[in-house]
Amino acid sequence: MSIRGETRLWIAQRASAAVLALCVLVHLAVIVYAVRGGLTGAEILARTRGNAAWFAFYSVFVLAVTVHAPIGLRAVLGEWLAWRGRSRDAVLLLFAMLLAWMGMRAVLAVFA
Amino acid sequence: MSATLRVRVWRGGAEGAFREYEVPRHESQTVLDVVTHVQRHLDPTLAYRYACRVGMCGSCAMTVNGAPRWTCRTHVDKVAKEGRLEISPLRNLPVIRDLVTDMREFFDKWARAKGQFRGERRRSDDFARVSPQSEKRRLADVAIECIGCAVCYSACDVVAWNPGYLGPAALNRAWTLVNDERDTQQAARLRAVAGDAGCLSCHTHMSCTDRCPKALSPTAGIAGLKRAVAAAALRGEL
Repeated sequence: MSIRGETRLWIAQRASAAVLALCVLVHLAVIVYAVRGGLTGAEILARTRGNAAWFAFYSVFVLAVTVHAPIGLRAVLGEWLAWRGRSRDAVLLLFAMLLAWMGMRAVLAVFA
Repeated sequence: MSATLRVRVWRGGAEGAFREYEVPRHESQTVLDVVTHVQRHLDPTLAYRYACRVGMCGSCAMTVNGAPRWTCRTHVDKVAKEGRLEISPLRNLPVIRDLVTDMREFFDKWARAKGQFRGERRRSDDFARVSPQSEKRRLADVAIECIGCAVCYSACDVVAWNPGYLGPAALNRAWTLVNDERDTQQAARLRAVAGDAGCLSCHTHMSCTDRCPKALSPTAGIAGLKRAVAAAALRGEL
């Protein structure tokens, strides 16, 4: 990959990490709120279905994970398995698409 | 203080084994004194490298009880647990023989990181005037004392994982030149230190900073390079 490409990936990973830091905190707070209040599945769905703010937040969360995780895995594969080059990037692109699909599927399941 | 030290010394090249020697213990003895005793009194075939013996040249660095150190500035009583020493060549460099490593790749990486100064003034021009108080001059000051001993390079895990990685010393050198107002190859240098083998691969383990015998912080310089590279990329100048 070109130097410009490598640098863009690095910036994307740092930026997505900043987004994730916030998202994970909010996500944990939501979990604690749901569990401590003793909400049932139906009550949770009643709050999430059709809630645009909730949908937007978790879509951003999924997008940040989709960007962040494959770039980190790219370094791990390069450094630990000496796997570099186009085959690694192609596999990681597929992995990113898988993450996006699984994440958005879960988000849509409780929104729609 | 026991009367003797039990010293295991690496013998051979990349393939080799430790050999054990008994060395008399002395007051204020350095690890270099121990290696020298082995070579002069016990086994003249032992190969090792040193020059100044006072922490100026950086040529006597070896791995002592698992950590890279200048052997001339390492007192035995600080590192020898229960009178035992294990001395091997620096990690991350090819071993020529015994305790001597091939430093070519280490210094080639300085060149690859554009570690050479290139100015635009000629001999007939007046001196460039750089304020000692300027921020750039101060940033260069804290990094400029490196003597190229390769202790940081040997301590760096990223070099072990990615043999192309330029390493802390070369990147530290690049950082001093990024802060040199007189240098004329700034854009080329940022391109040289970006990418998979450059500053962006640093994991900030800080082993280089922890081990540097000059108490420099290559990690801080590498962080500076990351910011400079990212800013150049965002401006479309990379």
